[in-house]
Amino acid sequence: MVRFLLKRLLLAVSVLLAVSIVSFLMFFALPRDPVTGMCPKNCNAERLERVRTELGLNDPKPTQYVNYMKGIFVGRDLGSAQGGKCEAPCLGYSYVNSEAVTDTFARVLPVTLNIVLPAAVLWLALGVGLGMISALRRGSLLDRISIGLTLTFASLQLYFVGAVLLLVFVYSLKILPTPRYVPFLENPIEWARGLVLAWVTLALLFSAIYARLSRAQMLETLSEDFVRTARAKGVAKRNVYGRHALRAAITPIVTIAGLDVGAALGGTVITETTFGIQGLGRTAVEAVRQGDLPTIMATVLVSALFVVVANIVVDLLYAFIDPRVRLG
Amino acid sequence: MGRSEAVPSGEPDRPEVPEQRSGDGPYLQVRELRVRFDTEDGVVRAVDGVSFAVERGRTLGIVGESGSGKSVTSLAILGLHNAKRTTISGEISVGGRQLVGLREEEIRRLRGRDMAMIFQDPLSALHPYYSVGRQIAEAYRVHHPRAGRREARSRAVDMLGRVGIPQPAKRFDQYPHEFSGGMRQRAMIAMALVNDPDLLIADEPTTALDVTVQAQILDLLADLQEEFRSAIILITHDLGVVSQVADDVLVMYAGRAVEHGSVERVLRAPQHPYTWGLLSSVPSLHGDADADLVPIPGNPPSLINLPSGCAFHPRCRWADVNGDRSRIEVPELREAGQAGHLVACHLSAADRERIYRDEVAQVGVAR
Repeated sequence: MVRFLLKRLLLAVSVLLAVSIVSFLMFFALPRDPVTGMCPKNCNAERLERVRTELGLNDPKPTQYVNYMKGIFVGRDLGSAQGGKCEAPCLGYSYVNSEAVTDTFARVLPVTLNIVLPAAVLWLALGVGLGMISALRRGSLLDRISIGLTLTFASLQLYFVGAVLLLVFVYSLKILPTPRYVPFLENPIEWARGLVLAWVTLALLFSAIYARLSRAQMLETLSEDFVRTARAKGVAKRNVYGRHALRAAITPIVTIAGLDVGAALGGTVITETTFGIQGLGRTAVEAVRQGDLPTIMATVLVSALFVVVANIVVDLLYAFIDPRVRLG
Repeated sequence: MGRSEAVPSGEPDRPEVPEQRSGDGPYLQVRELRVRFDTEDGVVRAVDGVSFAVERGRTLGIVGESGSGKSVTSLAILGLHNAKRTTISGEISVGGRQLVGLREEEIRRLRGRDMAMIFQDPLSALHPYYSVGRQIAEAYRVHHPRAGRREARSRAVDMLGRVGIPQPAKRFDQYPHEFSGGMRQRAMIAMALVNDPDLLIADEPTTALDVTVQAQILDLLADLQEEFRSAIILITHDLGVVSQVADDVLVMYAGRAVEHGSVERVLRAPQHPYTWGLLSSVPSLHGDADADLVPIPGNPPSLINLPSGCAFHPRCRWADVNGDRSRIEVPELREAGQAGHLVACHLSAADRERIYRDEVAQVGVAR
């Protein structure tokens, strides 16, 4: 088990390293000069050159990369053009507004987490629950309604569903405030009221996919020999489904859920844009538009970190669910 | 049609169960069992009027190719078919209780307690995520709701030991994938026997195992039968297995019984051309090693569209002996020479004897 975990961690670190190198190189492939964007007026060639030197943009690329990575682990001194001394998880300073990237993240990361995690709980409960019930009542009215609904929602777009919900609940019925982020600890009720539309929008679309997936998984599992064995032992129907079939059917769903949650944490760009909430996703898009290297690098790395961590969690869950994995 | 008169008149059309000596009658009694599935392609007549009986302490071998209805019969006895798409008629009586038409919950209470089943492939029949011991303990606790975890565990360990698994207490916590094929099947047997059932159905219990292990498993079943005195149905396509462990044989073809009798009679003096075919396609240890194996030509028929008359006639070399009769008339199961030996064939007793002696046994097949 320890070896299993170590292997996964090693793999995770190498993935993150590769992501950091690739995104660093890709930024330099962009056809724009970050420095031009930084001084809108009175820029002469000499000044630009001085800023470039201060930012280290004239250093060889490998040196720049090493300095950047060094900043993350031990901190670095960025010189007077930027904020000066930058403490250990140093992600640099935004080229656009000179805010420390770590500060930006402290602001926008909780927003995205608070959108995605409750939404994930909602979509998993709704999707898996609906899928299981449809599978057990295959061919019933409920099953057919659920298939129809999930097909409809799976084919809709986030911004469409989001816009309709906004129109109904915020602008027509006026029972919800304009979506915003209020920290849970500050006011739990406003926290929920401000984010509920984002959760529901995400949950409707994702649960449609999960309902179809878990229905198919469950139907497949129900035809497995070990389910027949359980029935042959005289196990009550409820336990045949709950204890024997569900446990086997849930495994692939765990995998996909882990990846989906990991990816969603990297930024729910469309949801955040639809509801006008400033989270990680919107921050990333704006940074790309403005050529803000430190922010881009940080968003890419953090998103990759989420996916990698989600993968490790999935692997651990897998080992917990399936004893055959533990040996590997 | 004259030749059919060789069959003694006055014999009952309904197949009679071979006579038993003991007093209270057979533990399992199946009469005119019919199992039909409604599918999109039509109605599948998987079992079409099969009757047999098994006493405690005796073993009935049910033999036939895939699709002959042997597994469907056993699943019907345990009530494991999907009730929505299956129609079952006839009688299934287990220990005096009539099972056809019983509510699912009532059958469930009998399953695993009074009647248990061993499946063909123990790897897929055991749950991959639960330890072997836990699965056996579960089978016990389902029918002993007041038994605690510890009691169920010690019962399961005891059963693992009894089926010949070394270090049963340690093996209890291992998972199916950590067992070898033979050990897995032993564990399946332990699970089936944990509630001391009076009826045990083994559906091809040795097919997925290699040959040396097969013999061990069959010996184990025979030993355990002596100990537990259960009635056993052994479903197989392997007549060798039948000759080793069964007392009686039922040969099925396309959902019907074509031959039924004691093992000695059916294997020594087989009466049905299909049984001849089965025997000729099995290599014999005692016979001529150079003798060719003769496969039965053709394939089992579709159960949605059965051939007219005798379902075996398209594959039977002797279908024309009685003119068109085999093509038109479904043969009844009748007494064939000796009490308790039944056959469903239009050939006259004299013809069957002559053909078997001159054409079939010649090939060096009969044991």
